[in-house]
Amino acid sequence: MLRQMEGSRAVAEAVALCRPEVICAYPISPQTHIVEGLGEMVKSGQVADCEFINVESEFAAMSVAIGSSATGARTYTATASQGLLFMAEAVYNASGLGLPIVMTIANRAIGAPINIWNDHSDSMSQRDCGWIQLFAESNQEALDLHIQAFKLAEELSMPVMVCMDGFILTHAYERVDIPKQAEVDAFLPPYEPRQVLDPAEPVSIGAMVGPEAFMEVRYLAHAKQLTALDVIPRISEEFADRFGRASGGLVRGYLTADADTIVVALGSVIGTLKDTIDDMRADGIRIGVLGIQSFRPFPLAAVRTALQHATNVVVLEKSFCVGLGGVVSTDVRLALSGLQLHGYTVVAGLGGRAITKASLQRTLREAIAGTLQPLTFMDLDWRIVNRQLAREAQMRRSGPIAESLLRDVGPIAAKVI
Amino acid sequence: MSNERASSAAPVKFYQTGTFTVGNRLLDAQQRSVQASTERNNSLTSGHRACQGCGEALGARYAIDAAMRATNGQLIAANATGCLEVFSTPYPETSWQLPWLHSLFGNAAAVGTGIAAALRVKARKAGLAQSAVRVIAQGGDGGTTDIGFGCLSGMFERNDDVLYICYDNEAYMNTGVQRSSATPFAARTNTTMAVGPRPGEEAGQGKNLPRIAMAHEIPYVATATVADLRDLEAKVEKAMGMHGARYLHILVPCPLGWGAASCDTIKLARLARETGIFPVFEAERGEVTQVTRIRHHVPVEEYLKPQKRFAHLFGPKGHPDMLAQIQAQADRNIRRYGLLDQETVA
Repeated sequence: MLRQMEGSRAVAEAVALCRPEVICAYPISPQTHIVEGLGEMVKSGQVADCEFINVESEFAAMSVAIGSSATGARTYTATASQGLLFMAEAVYNASGLGLPIVMTIANRAIGAPINIWNDHSDSMSQRDCGWIQLFAESNQEALDLHIQAFKLAEELSMPVMVCMDGFILTHAYERVDIPKQAEVDAFLPPYEPRQVLDPAEPVSIGAMVGPEAFMEVRYLAHAKQLTALDVIPRISEEFADRFGRASGGLVRGYLTADADTIVVALGSVIGTLKDTIDDMRADGIRIGVLGIQSFRPFPLAAVRTALQHATNVVVLEKSFCVGLGGVVSTDVRLALSGLQLHGYTVVAGLGGRAITKASLQRTLREAIAGTLQPLTFMDLDWRIVNRQLAREAQMRRSGPIAESLLRDVGPIAAKVI
Repeated sequence: MSNERASSAAPVKFYQTGTFTVGNRLLDAQQRSVQASTERNNSLTSGHRACQGCGEALGARYAIDAAMRATNGQLIAANATGCLEVFSTPYPETSWQLPWLHSLFGNAAAVGTGIAAALRVKARKAGLAQSAVRVIAQGGDGGTTDIGFGCLSGMFERNDDVLYICYDNEAYMNTGVQRSSATPFAARTNTTMAVGPRPGEEAGQGKNLPRIAMAHEIPYVATATVADLRDLEAKVEKAMGMHGARYLHILVPCPLGWGAASCDTIKLARLARETGIFPVFEAERGEVTQVTRIRHHVPVEEYLKPQKRFAHLFGPKGHPDMLAQIQAQADRNIRRYGLLDQETVA
């Protein structure tokens, strides 16, 4: 049924349709509307047989999730940004124990300086934690990915993060198609755990493992992620068969078949890129975009297949490795190893900086012309950067960086351009 | 005086008056210690790697077996990282004969909350009012009073149906004896060295978690020691008869960390109680309901002297002022909890 609603509400409705048994909630912007929606649905009885637990921190949220998942309950939580970092130890633990928890990440920047707006620094910081990481392009895909995520997590017995852009998706009102309960029930069977805390069959979970078997346990986690490379497309196809729309999968190309230049991106910016590419195509430029839906496992083969015929590959990413460059670019480069391509990393949209069609078109045209720097920070205000660098060269006590920059920016600071 | 009192309160005359140490076999079958029964579960079974004289292993065995009996074997345990976890589950072995989950150092209480939540949903789906399966979360003092404190307080505040057991040996023993917030004043650890004008732990008294638990007004808070194991069992049994958040704080001497003889674990636990240093009591909804009185009141030196962690307090270069401070703390406990009969309080 088509309904107009906020992205967070769409996710809450999707999670509710998956018949969750335990939901733990700790508020952090921009994730709050998701758990508020679920809390209401559980309390009103719309979601039956579910415990909604208000915990005291994100670390506790994931810890409660670990306990309930290990006791055989379908478990969900959501977080973002600082919250994901605060729960990091438990995030690694959940995957190490092989517990199929599903968690929404309402992608948001990480401080300092504190910033509530969207980029991908939070989930990228956990890229090696052993969770599957799926990225949604739209609210419809976010909704669909949650339904797929429970199936994927439980089939593989490993946890799944569904990443959606904070505010840009979570707070955007859009039309979404919400499946019927019977349809979701037919797609997602009840959770049958591989391991469970049960007095009838007592097991110890979480034993200490020394050098004799630790590498093997870790390798098995990798082997599972490799299996996920097959399972993710299969579940996506099954979803398309049942629900009549394509969502998820490993990668999705747009006008890539004949493209000389391909932009690689994750999340909602793919929409802006498609519009930009349409405009550039009208000028006769052969350009396309490759969206990565599954960032972990990283689909090396699929990325290589999609990009190997291009001349220029521009990775547009909302995160970066301080001291190196791109996070996603590093993985893309691995997929393309041995190929002679012009590769560019464009870091854009950090901390909610708007990614406009105009800036994208300018940047992409520079890439095609061969004038773009290999590592480019799109729309970086060099004026205030250089002023701060000069200040630090001049005096020892140059003061707090963020405050100095805001003073330089002046009253236009509120304008997110 | 105290002997008379104890014997007049007890229905059976014991060899060691007022305790169950020797007299267990004189009791009726249902009153006997869980450990006296061949039917005991051996929840923490033999073969684990605890040190000789480990108070924590002793306390855990009694506590979990008592909980297993009280719940008819329908029990799940969450365990914090620490000695108890490490010595009981070296891969690929486990000493636990009940469903047991170790997640992290600081989250045992929250993991317990999650287990209880899952059990509640499963019971509801099966048409039951509540789950027959119950939950214990357990950890050492570091995992309880320091790194796990936030999760524990959250579990208390929500009144989740979990019994949390803290095995308090007053320092981080698993990592090699470093100070925790439960380390008592003047104690030497590897991070509170016995050097300088104020050797050992300088802060006042350690974090008093039983009182903090009481401040949450949870249904049940109790303290116990491994010197009185029947008392410990009775408290576990009582706790498992209740629902909601419950807290049991057990003093478990550590021969390694305390610098004490392995054979002195029980003796030191008893002296901690008999000096007033470790008050043994029960509280319900924030009110103290029962205290274990001191039978043979002794000065704190008797408790401190057999422990090398307090050796710097004694001898020609000793610190009588610090000793006096410890004695004052014990006296305060005696007054606060009424550990001695009125007329015998100095």
